[in-house]
Amino acid sequence: MSDLEAFRQEAKSWIEENCPPSMRERIESPDDIEWGGRAAQGRTDDRKVWLDRMGEKGWTCPTWPKEYGGGGLSKAEAKVLQEEMRGVHARPALTSFGISMLGPALLEYASEEQKKHFLPQIVKGEIWWCQGYSEPGAGSDLASLQTRAEDKGDHYLVNGQKIWTSYADKADWIFCLVRTNPDVPKHDGISFLLFDMASPGVTVSPIQLISGSSPFCQTFFQDVKVPKKHLVGEVNSGWTIAKRLLQHERSMIGGMGLGLGGGVSRGAPEIAKDYCGESDGRIADPVARDRVAQLQMDARCYGATTRRAAEEAKAGIPPGPASSIFKLYGTEMNKRRHELLISIMGTQATGWEGDGFNAEELGETRDWLRSFGNSIEGGTSEVQLNIIAKRVLGLPD
Amino acid sequence: MALVLTEEQELLQQTAREFVKEKSPVTELRRLRDSSDATGFDGALWKEMAELGWASVVYPEEFGGMDMGYMELGLIFEECGRSLVAQPLLATVVLGGGCVLEGGNETQKKDVLTAVAGGERLLSLALQEGPHHAPLAVATRAEEADGGYRITGNKTFVLDGHVAEQLVVVARTSGEPGDRDGLTLFLVDAGTPGVEVSRTQSMDGRNTANVNLSGAQVERSAVIGEVGAGADILDPVLDRALAVISAEMFGTASEAFDRALEYLKTREQFGVVIGSFQGLKHRAADMFVELELSRSIVFDALSAVDAGAGDVPSLASCAKARLNDTVFQVGNEAVQMFGGIGVTDEEDIGLFMKRSRVLQATLGNSSYHRDRFAALQGF
Repeated sequence: MSDLEAFRQEAKSWIEENCPPSMRERIESPDDIEWGGRAAQGRTDDRKVWLDRMGEKGWTCPTWPKEYGGGGLSKAEAKVLQEEMRGVHARPALTSFGISMLGPALLEYASEEQKKHFLPQIVKGEIWWCQGYSEPGAGSDLASLQTRAEDKGDHYLVNGQKIWTSYADKADWIFCLVRTNPDVPKHDGISFLLFDMASPGVTVSPIQLISGSSPFCQTFFQDVKVPKKHLVGEVNSGWTIAKRLLQHERSMIGGMGLGLGGGVSRGAPEIAKDYCGESDGRIADPVARDRVAQLQMDARCYGATTRRAAEEAKAGIPPGPASSIFKLYGTEMNKRRHELLISIMGTQATGWEGDGFNAEELGETRDWLRSFGNSIEGGTSEVQLNIIAKRVLGLPD
Repeated sequence: MALVLTEEQELLQQTAREFVKEKSPVTELRRLRDSSDATGFDGALWKEMAELGWASVVYPEEFGGMDMGYMELGLIFEECGRSLVAQPLLATVVLGGGCVLEGGNETQKKDVLTAVAGGERLLSLALQEGPHHAPLAVATRAEEADGGYRITGNKTFVLDGHVAEQLVVVARTSGEPGDRDGLTLFLVDAGTPGVEVSRTQSMDGRNTANVNLSGAQVERSAVIGEVGAGADILDPVLDRALAVISAEMFGTASEAFDRALEYLKTREQFGVVIGSFQGLKHRAADMFVELELSRSIVFDALSAVDAGAGDVPSLASCAKARLNDTVFQVGNEAVQMFGGIGVTDEEDIGLFMKRSRVLQATLGNSSYHRDRFAALQGF
C-alpha cells in the first residue's frame, strides 16, 4: 500500500470516528456556517466537538506546518483528506478569513513570535478575524487609504474609518492597513497591523445591502492603542503584504463562480424544466435551453482553467497574476448565473418575503441581489482588467 | 486528464512552430490565393509534412502511423492555425481517414491509411447538404443495384473536395432525413462516373467543393462499417474533428490577438500609444481571458479523446462552441483595433478574421453545439 493510500485509510477512519452525524448534513442556511471566534455564536454542541477535534488535529489548515498547529500534510494528502471529507458530506469544521487570507500572509511575512502566537489560534478557530482594507475614500484606489497609525513609542495610535469590513460586528480581531507615513508616495507609507476589536475606541455599524443582508460594516477607530509587537513585516512595507493577501482573497471569491457560494442547490437545468416547461425530457423553451447550456459550458471552461492552473503550479510553472482572471471571470459568471436563474423563475423571483414564494425562490432573489457585490468586493472587475492589461499584457499606463 | 504539456509535447509544438514559420508564413497563403493555384495548397509542403509524420500522428504503426495522440495532433493544428497554413490535414487525416480508421475493414485501412500516412492520397468527407452542419439531415440516397449501390444526392461544403481522390460519402440506405438509423458510409473514388465535383472558393483563400452524385455506382466493398449504422462511425470521428479544429481556431485567434496587442503597443495617436487607452486595454484584457479559457477547454477536449473518456462528446461540443465565440470576438476586435489599415487587404489581420469565420461555420455553429451539449446533458 502506498503512503498516500495508507493516509487515505487513516483519514477515512478518523473522520468516521470523529465527525458527528449532524455535521454530515447539508448546510441549510448561512447560520449553519462555523466561523470560530470567542463569542461562539450559534455553536451547537456537535459543531463545537467537530471544530475542537479538527482544530486539535490541525486539519482545519491541513497544509500548514505542525509547529504552528497545522496538519503538516502534503498537498496530495490534503487533497485526499478533502476527498474523504466530501465522501461523507462532512461540513467544513471552520470557515474563516484567518484560514483563507490572513494565515497564508502571516506564514510568509510574520515574525516567528507572531506565527507561534497567531497561527495556532486560527487553526483552532479561537479568533474570528476581519479585514480592514477599504475606506470611504479608498475603494478601487485602495492605496490612498487615510487611516492613521502614529508612532507613540511602545504603541501605535490608530485613528480613522474602514468600510465593507465583513462581519466586523462579530469579529474578535482585525488585520488592518494603516498609514504610518503620509509624506511619501502612497504605496510606500502603509503598514499592516493586527489588533483586538475589543480595544477601547473601536466602534462598528452594520450596513444593510440591497439583498437585505448585512454582512458588511463601517468600522470606526478613535485613539485605538495597538502594541507595536502587532505590526506585521517592516513599518511602511505593508502594501506588499496587502497585495499578496488580495491574491488569496481573489482566489476565494473567484471560487464562488463555480456555485460554491450560492443558496440554490439545484442545477439550472432542473429549475428551467420546472419554470419554463419540459418537453421530451428537455427544457421546452429553446432560448432558455440555449442560455442554460451556455452557462454550463462557461462553467466547464472555467473549471478546466482552474484545474490547468493547479497542474501548472504543481509542474513548477510560476503563477502569474492568474488570480485576477479567476476573480474576474468567476464573479462575472456567478452574476450571469443568477441573472439567468431569476429570468427563468419569472415573477416568482420578484418576491421579498412572506407567502406566495417558496424558500428557493426567495433565496434566489436574495442571492441574485447579493451577487451584484461579487464584481466589486476584493477589487472590481474593472480593476482586474487593469491588472491583466498592465501585468500580463504589458500595456502602458 | 493532463492539461499541461509534457516535455515531448512541448518539443513537438516548438518543432511544428518553427517548421510552419519557415515553410509556410502567411505570405504563402497569399501566394496560393493570388496565383489562383489549381489545388489551393502546396503539394510539396504536404509531402514534407507527411514525412514529418503529421499526416499519420494518430494512425497505428502498422499503417505507417506514429501511434501518438490527438493532443499531439492538436498542437500541430494549433501551429497551422497560427500561420493560416493551407493544408489538407482536417479533411484527409481526421475526417476522411478518420472514418476509415474508425469503421473500415483491414483491407480498407491498409489501403487508405497507409497511402494517407505517406502523403500520397487526399480524402474528404461528403456529409453536409444544406447551409448548416446537421449530420443526420442526410437526404442523399444509396440504393442496392447491380451487386453494389447507386448513390444520388447533392453534397456541399466538402472541405478540400476539389482535390480529394476519394470521398467518404454519407448516404441514406433507409429511413428519412433526420433519422439516426439508415446512414451508410461509402468510400467513393472521385473519378467514378456520376460523381461531379465543382470547386468553390472560400473567403479565406481555401477551397471546398459541391459534389453532385447522380446514380454513381459503387461496389459493395465500398461500404465502410455496417450498412445503416454509419452514424455510430460518424459520431466519434466528428468529435475528434471538433477537438482538433478547436485547436486550430485557438492558434488562429491567439495569433490574431498577439498581432493586435503588438499594434496597440506601437500605433501612436494623440501623442501616445493607443494601448494606453483604457477603452482598448479592457477589451484586450477581456480577449486574453477568453483565450485562456479557450486553451483550457481545447486541452481538456483533446486529452479526453486520448483518454477515451466518456464525456468526449460534451467536451468536443463545448470546445467548438467556445472557440466559435472566441474567434468571433477576437477576429472582430482585432480588425477594429487596427483601424483603417485593418480593413485593407494589404494588412494580414483581415485574413485571420476571414479564416476564423469560415472555421466558425465549419462542423457546427455555437447554437448547434449548445443544443447538442444540452441534449447530451439531459436537458
